[in-house]
Amino acid sequence: MTTLLPAEFADLEPFAAKWCLPTEHERYHTRLASTMDEMQALYDAAKPRVTDAMVYLEKLPFDALPEDAVNLLHLLYSTIEVSFPVEVWRQPRVPDTGSASFDCFIEPVP
Amino acid sequence: MPRFPKPPEGSWTQHYPELGTAPVSYEDSTSPEYYQREKKAVFKRAWLHVGRVEQLPRVGSYFTKDIRAANASIVVVRDRAGQVRAFHNVCRHRGNKLAWTEDPKLDSQGICRQFTCKYHGWRYDLDGALKFIQQEGEFFDVDKSRYGLAPVHCDVWAGFVFVNFAPEPEQSLREFLGPMVTALEGYPFDKLTARFGYSTTIQSNWKLYMDAFAEFYHAPILHAKQSPEKYSAAAAQAGFEAPHYQLDGPHRLVSTSGVRFWEMDADLLKPMEIITRSGLFGPWEKAELGEMPPGLNPAGCDPWGLDSFQLFPNFVILIWSQGWYITYQYWPTAYNTHVFEGSAYFPPATNIRERVAQEMAAVTFKEFALQDSNTLEATQMMLENDYVNEFHLNDQEILCRHLHKVVRDWVADFEGARR
Ligand code: FES
Ligand SMILES: [Fe+2]
Repeated sequence: MTTLLPAEFADLEPFAAKWCLPTEHERYHTRLASTMDEMQALYDAAKPRVTDAMVYLEKLPFDALPEDAVNLLHLLYSTIEVSFPVEVWRQPRVPDTGSASFDCFIEPVP
Repeated sequence: MPRFPKPPEGSWTQHYPELGTAPVSYEDSTSPEYYQREKKAVFKRAWLHVGRVEQLPRVGSYFTKDIRAANASIVVVRDRAGQVRAFHNVCRHRGNKLAWTEDPKLDSQGICRQFTCKYHGWRYDLDGALKFIQQEGEFFDVDKSRYGLAPVHCDVWAGFVFVNFAPEPEQSLREFLGPMVTALEGYPFDKLTARFGYSTTIQSNWKLYMDAFAEFYHAPILHAKQSPEKYSAAAAQAGFEAPHYQLDGPHRLVSTSGVRFWEMDADLLKPMEIITRSGLFGPWEKAELGEMPPGLNPAGCDPWGLDSFQLFPNFVILIWSQGWYITYQYWPTAYNTHVFEGSAYFPPATNIRERVAQEMAAVTFKEFALQDSNTLEATQMMLENDYVNEFHLNDQEILCRHLHKVVRDWVADFEGARR
């Protein structure tokens, strides 16, 4: 079976297919379409590994990350994305923003 | 007792007596008729920011922009001499929109050697000169030298591209920006090129969103649910006060004091803020950008958090002490709708920790802005009902008072001069 993440992060592989997303647009909309349980599961698994992931990624050339490392970085971004609902709001959307939306049309790569 | 000293007159508002202290009306935000007057008196007369020079990296790089508040659609291009120029994006043959991709209603960008009209193939060079007419012999004495693209006044300050739709602008761009804004020159805008850009359509008058980002009085209340309860409770208890406000002509500035998140107890912070060492105020590790221009933090606030420079009419440059900046732009599309564009700019990350900290700051910025924008629709609806039309602005809302006054003054000046 092909894996998306570096072998050292096999424990996060179950989350990779859903959350290794390259754009803010995809991460944000996946968040809105997820239940709190799904986001809690990602958060509980990934949060204790964020520092390990940064240490791992720091050893690689930042401007030429291999594909599995880029996937890991995107998983970190998704972990940041879900941390807001999980840590404070207990709902996917920031409170009192029922009809508001923001489209991210440019962001740094990676 | 105020936390920060106020001017000798007793308040920031009274320091600028032309503002008055009376309740204000928001009729300027609820009337289709007033919007038409504003378009003529403000958006067809003021210098308008339309983009940055980094969007035009090479000769032939261009972008288009529809500016409905001025009934204009322009193309901005870097010409063969390397100068930035702007033209009305209209073909001189039969008026087709010249540069667009797929959907003519959308803005586009690209690079080209010349502009070719999609309709009948007339061609214009990067200086706007008409170079080619398809089947020229069929026409009746068209002097090509007289039918180049219609130019729009265009100038660049600190890498920001501005245009002006007046037949002859009353002031040069530099004169218009004035000493408070131009004292920002030297800030390394050209080095902060890692951009997170967002846009959205807001169901409110453009000035209501300007107001929302012109005061931080709302911050501890509207944004209370963004933070752990203990932090929010302390913030609401303290309220908001700015150490410095400044007006210069039609433009305005607020400086705020800094917050040392990295010295705070963990229960005041979100766990992800501690892990990424970042949050609303930006990365906790300050980007080293060298010497800052005198116009930044002009009152020498210490600790200093940010300066929000609000350029008349619809552009804001907000510079954070942590070495990044945000721009806001508000493009009216009707009296009660506008398109909002917000961008965060950082020095390009050189390693993972910097990049992750930028991600955290950008996501946080967006979540706050979502709360701000949703509130505006609630305000617009109620203002339009027009049962209540006298509203109180406090001293921390001095910049809202100033914006509405300047708009009124520009409308009165323009209409007065024509009588
Ligand atoms: S309208 Fe442009 S060539 Fe005819
Ligand atoms: Fe806000």
